[in-house]
Amino acid sequence: MTTVDIHAAPEHPSRRVAAFKPDLLQSSEHELCPGCGHPIAWRLVLEALVELDLSRRSILIAGHGCYTQMMKISDLDSLQCLHGRAPAVATGVKRMVPGATVLTLQGDGDMVSEGLHEVLHAAARAENVTALLFNNGVFGDTGGHMTATTVLGQRTKTSLDGRDAASHGYPIDLARLLTQIDGAAYVARGAVNTPGMISRTKRMIRRALELQTAGAGFTFVEVLTMCPTGWFVPTASGPEYLEDSMIETFGIGELKAPHGELNAPQGELDAPQGELAPPVNES
Amino acid sequence: MAPRLMQGSDAVADAAIAAGCRFFTGYPMLPFTELLENMAKKLPEAGGVCINAESEIEAINMALGAAATGARAATGSCGQGVSLMQEGIAELALNELPLVVFTMARGQQDYFQSTRGGGWGDYRTITFAPKDIPEAVAHTQLLFHLADLYRTPVIFYGDYVIAHTSVGIEVETLDFGPLPPKDHWALDGTMSGTGQARQIWTWARGKPNTPGPGPNQSWVSIADKYAEIERTEQRYETYRAEGAETLIVSFGTTSVFVDRVVDELRQEGLSIGSFRPITLWPFPAVGLAEATKGCRQVLVYELNAGQMVDDVRMYAEDRSVIRSIGGVSQDASGMRQGDLLHADELRRRIRLAVAEPSTARF
Repeated sequence: MTTVDIHAAPEHPSRRVAAFKPDLLQSSEHELCPGCGHPIAWRLVLEALVELDLSRRSILIAGHGCYTQMMKISDLDSLQCLHGRAPAVATGVKRMVPGATVLTLQGDGDMVSEGLHEVLHAAARAENVTALLFNNGVFGDTGGHMTATTVLGQRTKTSLDGRDAASHGYPIDLARLLTQIDGAAYVARGAVNTPGMISRTKRMIRRALELQTAGAGFTFVEVLTMCPTGWFVPTASGPEYLEDSMIETFGIGELKAPHGELNAPQGELDAPQGELAPPVNES
Repeated sequence: MAPRLMQGSDAVADAAIAAGCRFFTGYPMLPFTELLENMAKKLPEAGGVCINAESEIEAINMALGAAATGARAATGSCGQGVSLMQEGIAELALNELPLVVFTMARGQQDYFQSTRGGGWGDYRTITFAPKDIPEAVAHTQLLFHLADLYRTPVIFYGDYVIAHTSVGIEVETLDFGPLPPKDHWALDGTMSGTGQARQIWTWARGKPNTPGPGPNQSWVSIADKYAEIERTEQRYETYRAEGAETLIVSFGTTSVFVDRVVDELRQEGLSIGSFRPITLWPFPAVGLAEATKGCRQVLVYELNAGQMVDDVRMYAEDRSVIRSIGGVSQDASGMRQGDLLHADELRRRIRLAVAEPSTARF
């Protein structure tokens, strides 16, 4: 484990995030709504790629959703694929260019509703790619409709009185499902609703990319992101709503990591109301 | 290397590998299964990858990913499996990605599926229907070339006869000449972080540093490309068709039966010949218009309820002389071609159509 001298001066002076643009963005302009969590989450990915020196070997396979905007402005070799199919496309890419760092970017509608089959099988085949799930619990791009991760009680345009298990069934916790699949080497869930959570999530993304570089197999990071527009809540309430609904339901933390690799502090996994199972790992 | 006895699926696999195919994926389904089996065995030995996909939807999308890196890639299935691939085939076309799709059909009922497709948008698929295994070997290699030349998905229309019968054959590597380089679009990650990253996207909007033409202009140029293919890639074969009063039009493996019957009926004094589209799309419109000039009868023999006959009606010199003499013909035999695929039955139908041009019913 690396030790950090907390009394030493920082290597770089601090700077405000808004004041600079990550190297892998060709533009800081995007077309997403105020209060959207996707740009924060995507920024973490780009920063991690640069920090790990993976910039010149990365390929992005993006699905269909609001986050497709990120593909448009990122300086990454990119392919925008059919809804739900990114893990299959990434499989073909990675098998033909094994030296590349291959990322898939999907939302909850794309990955968990339309593409559950593809992500589960890619994990089972231990495809050495990193799958990113930006989960805001709603079809944001279409205007606020229920997805497979919409939490119970959440109002959407297709669950007007709130998602009700009797009528609409239950949300799927894909991360927890993936922990049961042997080919999944790393499974983690972060969020971008507070500065602390953002830092933790970036560590998860870095860990996943490092493991892909080491050839560990399928790595998965889910990021809970705000969608105040699709949630029909005031923009400024997005982070709080995320905490009360999604984190409350799904929990945050590393759920699975290779032996000895789990980010040590046991407090890393915050069990939501005692519902989330303990982290599954080989240790 | 001397010719050896090979099953069609075996020979087609060798031809694909000779053409440089290095990625193959599929979901088992007869009569496509043996091609998948052969690729699973041979491709790793050739330095390639073969994946037993968990669905046809996965297969077409894995193949799309491999094609996006510039590798020569292929997939395939039959009937319902190819139906599941339609969305992906359209996506390949509108992303201008090359791919060979092997439709090992359970007969001739997938003519529309191959030539019309079920995907979205303005696209077409070059479709070759070989009549026998030697032609299948040549077509396989040509299809990889055409897919790269035009950056488009292409379809090999085979069937049980191609996939399951055996012939003595030597698979030779064919050279179709140089092709344009792929490095300006093929993804390998090396352009990331340079400010000039590549992008493959049906909307073709590009990135801030390298703006694309956008969807409208991109789709116009793709449509123009298919119009050019339609002009330049029509292929067909005629047999004893010069001045024939009766012309039989058929495609794929049934044409072998047709030509035999043509010979027999010629001996009986009938003025008869045959016309075979080699490319189902682009349909050989010019060749058919020429071959049907002055014909008293154009008889379309296909083992389906009447699909190719639509194209024949579109391009024949005189629509009034066109008759369908085929029909749905499936059975449980190893070849699944039914009673209609029989020289005696074909001969009977032709004689009847010639004797009673306006009243015969089949």
